[in-house]
Amino acid sequence: METLWFIIVAFMLAMYVILDGFDLGAGIIHLFAARNENERRTILNAIGPVWDGNEVWLLAAGGSLYFAFPKLYASSFSGFYLPLMIVLWLLILRALGIEFRHQVQNNLWKSFWDGAFAVSSILLSIFFGAALGNVVRGVPLNKDGYFFEPLWTTFTVVPEAGILDWFTVVMGLVGFFTLTSHGANFIALKTEGELQKRSRSIAAIAWWGVLIGSVVAFISTWSIRPQVWQNYTEHMWGFVFPLLGIAGLFGMFFYNRSRQDKFAFLSSAIFICGMLASTAFGLYPNLLPASTNPEYSLTIYNTAAQEYGLTVGLTWWVIGIALVTGYFVFVYKSFRGKVVLPSEESGY
Amino acid sequence: MEDALLISRLQFAFTIMFHYIFPQLTMGLGLLIVVMKWIALRKNDERYNESARFWGKIFAINFAMGVVTGIPMEFQFGTNWAKFSTFAGGVIGQTLAMEGMFAFFLESSFLGLFIFGEKKLGPRGHFGAALAVFLGSWISGYFIVATNAWMQNPVGYAVAPDGNVHVNDFWALLLNPWLGWQYMHTMLGSVITASFVVAAVGAYYLLTNRSAEHGKLFVKTAVVAGVVSSILVAFPSGDAQVKNVYEYQPVTFAAMEGVFETKEGVELLLIGQPDMEKMKIDNPLYLPKVLSFLTHFRWESEIRGLQSFPKDQWPTNIPLLYYSYHIMVGLGTIFIAIMVSGVFLLWRGKLFTNRRLLWILMLSFPFPYIANTAGWTTAELGRQPWLVYGLMRTADGLSPTVSAGNSLFTLLGFLGLYFVIGVLFLLLVIKKINQGPA
Repeated sequence: METLWFIIVAFMLAMYVILDGFDLGAGIIHLFAARNENERRTILNAIGPVWDGNEVWLLAAGGSLYFAFPKLYASSFSGFYLPLMIVLWLLILRALGIEFRHQVQNNLWKSFWDGAFAVSSILLSIFFGAALGNVVRGVPLNKDGYFFEPLWTTFTVVPEAGILDWFTVVMGLVGFFTLTSHGANFIALKTEGELQKRSRSIAAIAWWGVLIGSVVAFISTWSIRPQVWQNYTEHMWGFVFPLLGIAGLFGMFFYNRSRQDKFAFLSSAIFICGMLASTAFGLYPNLLPASTNPEYSLTIYNTAAQEYGLTVGLTWWVIGIALVTGYFVFVYKSFRGKVVLPSEESGY
Repeated sequence: MEDALLISRLQFAFTIMFHYIFPQLTMGLGLLIVVMKWIALRKNDERYNESARFWGKIFAINFAMGVVTGIPMEFQFGTNWAKFSTFAGGVIGQTLAMEGMFAFFLESSFLGLFIFGEKKLGPRGHFGAALAVFLGSWISGYFIVATNAWMQNPVGYAVAPDGNVHVNDFWALLLNPWLGWQYMHTMLGSVITASFVVAAVGAYYLLTNRSAEHGKLFVKTAVVAGVVSSILVAFPSGDAQVKNVYEYQPVTFAAMEGVFETKEGVELLLIGQPDMEKMKIDNPLYLPKVLSFLTHFRWESEIRGLQSFPKDQWPTNIPLLYYSYHIMVGLGTIFIAIMVSGVFLLWRGKLFTNRRLLWILMLSFPFPYIANTAGWTTAELGRQPWLVYGLMRTADGLSPTVSAGNSLFTLLGFLGLYFVIGVLFLLLVIKKINQGPA
């Protein structure tokens, strides 16, 4: 039952990264890809009707994490206190950037929110990558299962490291490049003309960042946390996840070249999915490894809620996810196809 | 530790009070928009569609603010109240996770369709989208109130060997005897806020003689919704909620009502200042024996006073608790008077020309916000010194590793950020109101 909820929570987080990832990516490329007001509005209208629903995956994943592994939620949220609060502030600025920008027809107002939208999207993508880096590297848990990490200490990977050290910064950059190309692929899919061309070339450039970043992250993970490979050597079938990621990575490259934006976007989604699944597979059954003493690590067993609650939860989760799938299919169908710029009154 | 506790409490109080400005409008307004769309569909009256569209814009701005200020609430359970999350996550994780699955997805998916999809969906489909958004926001309210109700009156749980609590009866959690009335009371409070806001904008249009047709429609819809909700919020829901407090938290009841000594035939205090040194109420204005009657339907019945409870069970800030409760009740009484006059004048056909009442309607929209906030302050202060009533004290729920310095940093950050976005929010809403619905 704990394993099942581990998979569910991982699935919901992956959905979050894939879905909100493309609108974060749209925010990252926003200032570079769109050169005039119409192009900016095109990007915002591409993500406008869906970004909020995408972000709900973060809340829902957080809620499921709290529900299934309350002890982990408590420990990690208090331990990552400052970065989480900063993430909150960035999420606030970013959301208001999207929703407030179109409300006032004034160039300074619009420029301000354009800036807020871009900067918050860039920083969020880095923070999410770094967060994953922290989970892989481990945190200084004490014997009660709590810890506190400052934002940075010395940038070296030591037991008393901060949130940001060279390893997590590398992971942050992987996050940045991945979401950049993911978002660029999405915008290329939803637009035409110059904007589409620019988005494709941004995706092509960011791809090299993804490639180099992934190789560096792979090698440094090997040196920092070799335990991650234990699951792979014991269960060879797990290699299907990294292979999926690699397939996605090459798909991104080829479909970007051949201008098949739909497949390029699907490839980057598969890449994200494969990489996150690989990480989750390597971590299992750990949720948050301890850098201090392996025995203090938080696992699915020492943090899970009890059997009754998890079983009841499974019932409503299945009903819930069926409804959610219905909503998303309906919404994405309603807004499918290239963006047609609506009048200023009725769109972003 | 004392500082850290105070700062974390202040941060939660500040961020939730600010947050609740927005959902309390959107939950009520969602209902009024559904009503407007329904009338538009039935009567084929385009003015109602225009009104729904106008309020849809105000709704969207408030909804965005509600979403972005709501995320910090869920996060703070983990960041600042880690011990509480560890202790109670096995129970309230259920309701919080269900809120995400059943409410947030529904709201967020259909809000985009409601705001941008009117042409694509057609009139019926658009009504459906409005209905879905309304349902989503009310389901969200249900799970949040269910969470709070469990903290006020824990049910359906068992204590595990490690000392933490876990749900052992799912339906008991969702059908908590505390929950039904509290939910109804909260939702009605939200409808009151929406009614007063819609009425205020309508009155403003009528008094300035612009968009007068829509103004009439707003005021008419709002006073009807307002009179129903402001009566129901007092009776039965408010009355029943106070009886719940009397039954499950008698010490809180005594503090709220300002009853220090146990006696028979207790008076109902209207105004007066609690003096905690001398254990009495200064300058009291009261109705003799009414509190006994309201509580037990007998004029001479006995009510336990504060002094009959051990001091370590007393709410920690009794004067503030007493004031919040009396502010809520006092304002609620005034709301009934305003809305009843409104409906009376509507019935006599004089509402749209009675400038005096239109002035009152235009200026009174802040007061439901105050009353709702005071009501929640009563609930939360009344629960003290407990975080989970009878099970965990507030001081024991704090995150063990977050220092006072770090939490002060984020409290100041929230103060600054919320000030800026609050100003921008006001600017935008004023701008939308001045643009008008036509």
